[in-house]
Amino acid sequence: MQTVKMVVTGPFSSGKTEFIRSISEIDVVSTERGISKNTGEAQVKEATTVAMDFGRITVDDDLVLYLFGTPGQRRFDFMWEILAEGMLGFIVMVDSAKPETFREAKSILETFRAYAPTPYVVAANKQDHPEAWNPDDLRIALRLEPEVKLLPCIAKERDSVRNVLLELLYTILEEMEQ
Amino acid sequence: MPLQGNIRDFSTTQLLNLVNLSRRTGMLTIYEGLPTGEKDAMKNDKMAPGKERARVAFNKGKLTYAAMLERDNSLVTVLNKAGKLTDEQARVLRERASNITDKALAMRLIGAKYVTQQDILDVMRRHTEDIIYELMTWTEGPFRFDDNEQPSSDVIPVLIELENVIIEGGRRITEQRELDKFIDDLDASLEFADNPKERFKGIHLSVNEWKVVSYVNPKNTIRQIMKVLNMSEVEIKRILYSLNQAGLVEIVKPQAVRPGVKAPTPAASVAQRKPQARPQKPPEKKVVLSLIEKLKSM
Ligand SMILES: Nc1nc2c(ncn2[C@@H]2O[C@H](COP(=O)(O)OP(=O)(O)O)[C@@H](O)[C@H]2O)c(=O)[nH]1
Ligand SMILES: [Mg+2]
Repeated sequence: MQTVKMVVTGPFSSGKTEFIRSISEIDVVSTERGISKNTGEAQVKEATTVAMDFGRITVDDDLVLYLFGTPGQRRFDFMWEILAEGMLGFIVMVDSAKPETFREAKSILETFRAYAPTPYVVAANKQDHPEAWNPDDLRIALRLEPEVKLLPCIAKERDSVRNVLLELLYTILEEMEQ
Repeated sequence: MPLQGNIRDFSTTQLLNLVNLSRRTGMLTIYEGLPTGEKDAMKNDKMAPGKERARVAFNKGKLTYAAMLERDNSLVTVLNKAGKLTDEQARVLRERASNITDKALAMRLIGAKYVTQQDILDVMRRHTEDIIYELMTWTEGPFRFDDNEQPSSDVIPVLIELENVIIEGGRRITEQRELDKFIDDLDASLEFADNPKERFKGIHLSVNEWKVVSYVNPKNTIRQIMKVLNMSEVEIKRILYSLNQAGLVEIVKPQAVRPGVKAPTPAASVAQRKPQARPQKPPEKKVVLSLIEKLKSM
């Protein structure tokens, strides 16, 4: 069986966990949240794992896609390089309603690009939020080149997440064909 | 919903760029920041908009109006500052014409041949640009951009290409930084370079330069000279910079650092190291196609 992975990155609270949760067929394993405090296991888990999300999509008996959400806090960024190893591509989540995080989002994007020259897309998340910047403004704010896909996204909605993943896959395909 | 944020995170320059590139029409308002006691997503103090500090209007990406709200932006004051009206003329006009709009006043002043229409346009343009240059140096303040909102029709509109303003503002900020680097301590003092007589021969100094030169003495700090001469920080720094470049004046640090003793340079932070992009084995096309099929079917 072959496994491939994609990495979902972005600033803290940009919607990485939500994104993976919306599409994953297993419950998202997240130590940032989600493990209820009253299960006996909780304390052990919190002590032994680094905050990270993990989701899965099974294609068939031979192929499984894993989605990894990077730990949001910079203090875990030693993990990033390890996560980036061998990834198919990555998604940078941006909270469109929090301009104070745009600079951080851009810096994370650059960091990942330096790890590996793999394709990526940017998701303008929380487009349902009343204060969300629209994708065109966000593109200018993040200084994204025109060829980089910037996709409107609502991580809570599965269709929206699916669309972002598909666009990333199309990008991967395009780069292969070049 | 208007575009909102804080210029701490998205600077005035970036906003101007955005407006220029998206050819926006509307009004940018920058507020005084009031601490809310909460933290924002980057763990910085979250600021709520307080008093309005500045308003800037745009039409299809061009600058049409700017005002600092804590200042007098009236045409009389602007013309007076630019030397187009004497203090006395300005005083009289403020008394007699206090209840008419700037636009109407402009017509009267032109009619009475106090000023020409070109004077008014030039002065308003300068005034507007200067406000923008100042806004570009601000580093904190909640802002909002309201699409399609325009200033009252009473104001005298200008029409200025943003590109030039952004470039010039950037140049000024760079100059400011250079000057700050050149003189990082206003408590430093001044001394003449060796052989001053030789050096001053044939050099033409401006009045303000002479004024500064007349105070050059290791006993006077820059701060003191600035005060005596009623100069701003930028003004005196600019003058000292050119005097220094001409080889006339040296800056003396308060506690002169012994030459040859270098401050230890901090070791490069581990977090700063840039990893090398590693070439990766490209995935198989078949895999990507299967993934696409799967997602489409979900
Ligand atoms: N309105 C809205 N809220 C979202 C969206 N995506 C995530 N959130 C919320 O934003 C918060 C942070 O999301 P989370 O996935 O935990 O962020 P992470 O730190 O990047 O993993 C949570 O309260 C989510 O419910 C979205 O598309 N729209
Ligand atoms: Mg999370």
